[in-house]
Amino acid sequence: MIRNSYFISVVWNRFRRNRLALAGGVVVIALFLLSFLAPLVTPYDPSHLDAWHVLLPPSARHWFGTDELGRDVFTRVIYGSRVSLKVGFVAVGLALLIGTSVGLVAGFYGGWADSILMRLVDIMLCFPTFFLILAVIAMLEPSIWYIMIIIGLTGWMGVARLVRAEVLTLREREFVLAARGLGASDFRIIVHHILPNALSPVLVTATLGVAGAILTESALSFLGIGVQPPTPSWGNILTAGKEYIEFAWWLSLFPGLAILVTVLAYNLLGEGLRDALDPRLNR
Amino acid sequence: MAIYLLKRIALLLPLLLGITLITFTVIHLAPGEPVEMQTSMSPKITAETRQRLREYYGLDKPLYVQYGLWLGRLATLDFGRSFAPDNRPVLDKIKERIPVTLSLNLMAMIVEFGLALPIGILAAVRRNTLLDKGLTLFVFLGFAIPTFWLALLLMYFFGVKLEWLPVSGLHSLGSERLSFVPWLLDMARHLILPVGVASFGSLAGLSRYTRSTMLEVIGQDYITTARAKGLPERVVILKHALRNALLPVITLLGFSLPGLIGGSVIFETIFAIPGMGQLFFMGVMARDYPLVMGILVIGAGLTLVGNLLADLCYALADPRIRHGGR
Repeated sequence: MIRNSYFISVVWNRFRRNRLALAGGVVVIALFLLSFLAPLVTPYDPSHLDAWHVLLPPSARHWFGTDELGRDVFTRVIYGSRVSLKVGFVAVGLALLIGTSVGLVAGFYGGWADSILMRLVDIMLCFPTFFLILAVIAMLEPSIWYIMIIIGLTGWMGVARLVRAEVLTLREREFVLAARGLGASDFRIIVHHILPNALSPVLVTATLGVAGAILTESALSFLGIGVQPPTPSWGNILTAGKEYIEFAWWLSLFPGLAILVTVLAYNLLGEGLRDALDPRLNR
Repeated sequence: MAIYLLKRIALLLPLLLGITLITFTVIHLAPGEPVEMQTSMSPKITAETRQRLREYYGLDKPLYVQYGLWLGRLATLDFGRSFAPDNRPVLDKIKERIPVTLSLNLMAMIVEFGLALPIGILAAVRRNTLLDKGLTLFVFLGFAIPTFWLALLLMYFFGVKLEWLPVSGLHSLGSERLSFVPWLLDMARHLILPVGVASFGSLAGLSRYTRSTMLEVIGQDYITTARAKGLPERVVILKHALRNALLPVITLLGFSLPGLIGGSVIFETIFAIPGMGQLFFMGVMARDYPLVMGILVIGAGLTLVGNLLADLCYALADPRIRHGGR
């Protein structure tokens, strides 16, 4: 799919005209830069305590103010983006891996493999996902790795259904039949002929999935069972800040805004990609 | 139709079995024993009592035996007793919470449909205009706002600063002495914030879905025909297009149930509403295994039934399925 430069330029031209999606893409890139270049962006250390400058309102020196321990909130929000990006990408990566494998196997082989895998998908979809995540996280030691893995393990079903549907239509297409006729192995057909053609919808789902994973992590951290202090995450900065909401609003406002902007950006980007990759609706 | 119905019902049992199996596995992934958790806090409990508890819950037996025992009890609707100090049957505890969560979600759903359908239709009819873009941004804002943050800000603003609305619980103190109408009004005031927050967050899915199915339908030949025979645009959109566009939305109803129940953890905890979400969160934090397992099974079971009902409604509404193509 991606190898075809004509395809890319067509998609890019469609994507470019969608201002909202473009803005989303710019924000996503900016967030990446901010989190990688965090030490260059801010002169402060995210866990540097300063008893003389506690709960200062936003100013030129401390753009987002300081918290109850005198830490610079802007710095903590910037470093918090590292947690969010990590969770978003690892969780979605795992979900993609499982979902794509399940979808490929179910769609390609059909029969009982398909029935069993798709019933598993049905079962998993019945659970209120957040309940499952809570149950597991609360019983294990709190750790960012567990959070990422569990968000991934509970988020692959949509991808599986999507990939399976794509495979079902691709399986009977001429180029696949041709490959089979030439004696290609199942593995080769799946990896070289089917997978590349099923990638567009997966890309869209993945983008939207990153947004969902970031929201879930922040909710877990807000409930106090996500990323543990002193590591800054947008959710746990908010939790700490809500105690002071009456006289230090900046502690609650900025981390929330950071989540909002990030999730919004990924969503707009994902929707834009969908429209650009699948132009049937916006002709 | 009858065959379709039978097929779906025959599938219920294996799906339910799968739900119990996953619930059991999830809970037993955790290291440590529930009995240890329950007793380590009170030093008065002797090793002997601990052993008795362990036997009572069958924890000394291998896992598959435990699963079998648990499943056998589930079949008679015996979900066991809560580990919490009150030691009440789990089913009783859940039963009194379900109506709160379900009615809250039902209200949120009504508000959601009331707003999302017009938004979706409007966005589709005025496709690619400024209005469409604005509405899109608005619903995505709702999706992207962390519910707990929005709840926090609204609670602070309307509850603490302006003192317009109560910030927690379902009733004011002493509301039980009020007569019916003021009692109802009191509860309504308590519900404005949680229902508002819940429905704003779920607008995006439904309104985007409505928009895209509307767009699809508007492109069909029969819409062109309806326009060509001179029907007013309002009739074309609301009668010809909307009816057909709404069909797939029915399935979405069933699908949104687990998300809504899952989301209830957040706002029930924040607004101190005594529902399933709050109960589950407390249960999880206290490692109240029977309670957690009970809520997982019942929550998933409810969704299963909800999905079945939604699919049946869909089949009844869509003649292509009713007269059994597939």
